[in-house]
Amino acid sequence: MAVTGVLRPGHAQIRVLNLEEDVKFYRDVFGLVEQGRDAQGRVYFKAWDERDHNSVILRQADTAGIDFFGFKVDSVATLNKLEADLNAYGVKTERVPAGEMLATGERVRFEVPTGHVIELYAEKKDVGNGLGYSNPAPWNKQSETGFAPTRMDHALLGGGDLDGARDIFINVLGFYLTEEVVAEDGKTQIAVWLSCSNKTHDIAFVRAPENGKLHHVSYWIETWEKVLRAADLMSMNDVPVDIGPTRHGITRGATIYAFDRSGNRFETFSGGYISYPDMHVLTWPIQHLPEGLDYAQRKLHESFLTVFS
Amino acid sequence: MSVQAEPRTAVTVRIADTGESYKCHTDESLLTGMHRMGKRGIPVGCRGGGCSVCKVWVVAGDYAQIRAMSREYVSEEDLAHGRVLACCVAPRGEVELAVIGKLNKVVTR
Repeated sequence: MAVTGVLRPGHAQIRVLNLEEDVKFYRDVFGLVEQGRDAQGRVYFKAWDERDHNSVILRQADTAGIDFFGFKVDSVATLNKLEADLNAYGVKTERVPAGEMLATGERVRFEVPTGHVIELYAEKKDVGNGLGYSNPAPWNKQSETGFAPTRMDHALLGGGDLDGARDIFINVLGFYLTEEVVAEDGKTQIAVWLSCSNKTHDIAFVRAPENGKLHHVSYWIETWEKVLRAADLMSMNDVPVDIGPTRHGITRGATIYAFDRSGNRFETFSGGYISYPDMHVLTWPIQHLPEGLDYAQRKLHESFLTVFS
Repeated sequence: MSVQAEPRTAVTVRIADTGESYKCHTDESLLTGMHRMGKRGIPVGCRGGGCSVCKVWVVAGDYAQIRAMSREYVSEEDLAHGRVLACCVAPRGEVELAVIGKLNKVVTR
């Protein structure tokens, strides 16, 4: 098996300022499937085609932003090994007991130098996508509801010590660099895209004035046409759009950036290319950030480097 | 018999920094009123109370809070002194404001 170790992004816990308003948004406008609530009042969702119990968790708070971003690993043995590797690298970890999140096993939690809490876990209940595991139909009613992403795909996080965070993902967790935006000195990375799979990115970091910031959580949409359908739904539902619909030069994905009801940016995203660890890194000098970000309009959207939650 | 919709009330909002003014309805946020017709002055960010780029100081006039604002960017003291996020408050009458929010970034060209 080729994809081993860290498999994929598994969950994002997002802080919202008015829980019921954002539950309604993520369920009815976004089209995520509500999976339950826990004793803390957190509300759990998954995208329709995801098979594990949850991927997006909303928590009522008095600030917006992201509490933590979690990755699923291939086994408990890998979880234990990666924790030991992190410790050996000088990263402190803690264990969050199984069951602290609904249907989720024990988690290894640590902070990266950009101030973000990252988690690894090996077990989350397989509840399926409702289509069964024998002779499955290709889609169902849920796949037509709202933006209807098939999965929570990746996150872009903002903080000061991008280099420190990048090194942990590359040197310890087995990620590789796919693309980068570099400053005028030709060296300093302003943003990095990191993959643990064949995707162009499973996580990305951007250098930001404050630590622990959320730039966006991204959701996979099957086609460009469905991205445009999401754009219609955004306008029909007064969703504040930041950028798009357009195509990124970076990763070549078709995209819309917009905001949830609490000002957390999200992305509805499709396309791109298949990436392999042996492929040469693609570099975007900062003066080409406008087309890296918005290839169609070649516009430097100021909000890209300035608006975080 | 047709039901008549309540007429919306529009008031003048003046941005002290630039001297520009715009009409804003009393049932929409100070930011929406500005942004809707393509006016500029207050930076436009998340429009949901979660970032801080549209922070303003209401120098004169009355307003009502219509959305929750992130406590990270608006403290009790801010609230007491009329420092609020323009996306989260609606004018009750004529308003004059000063822009506090900035588009801060690490890299400037």
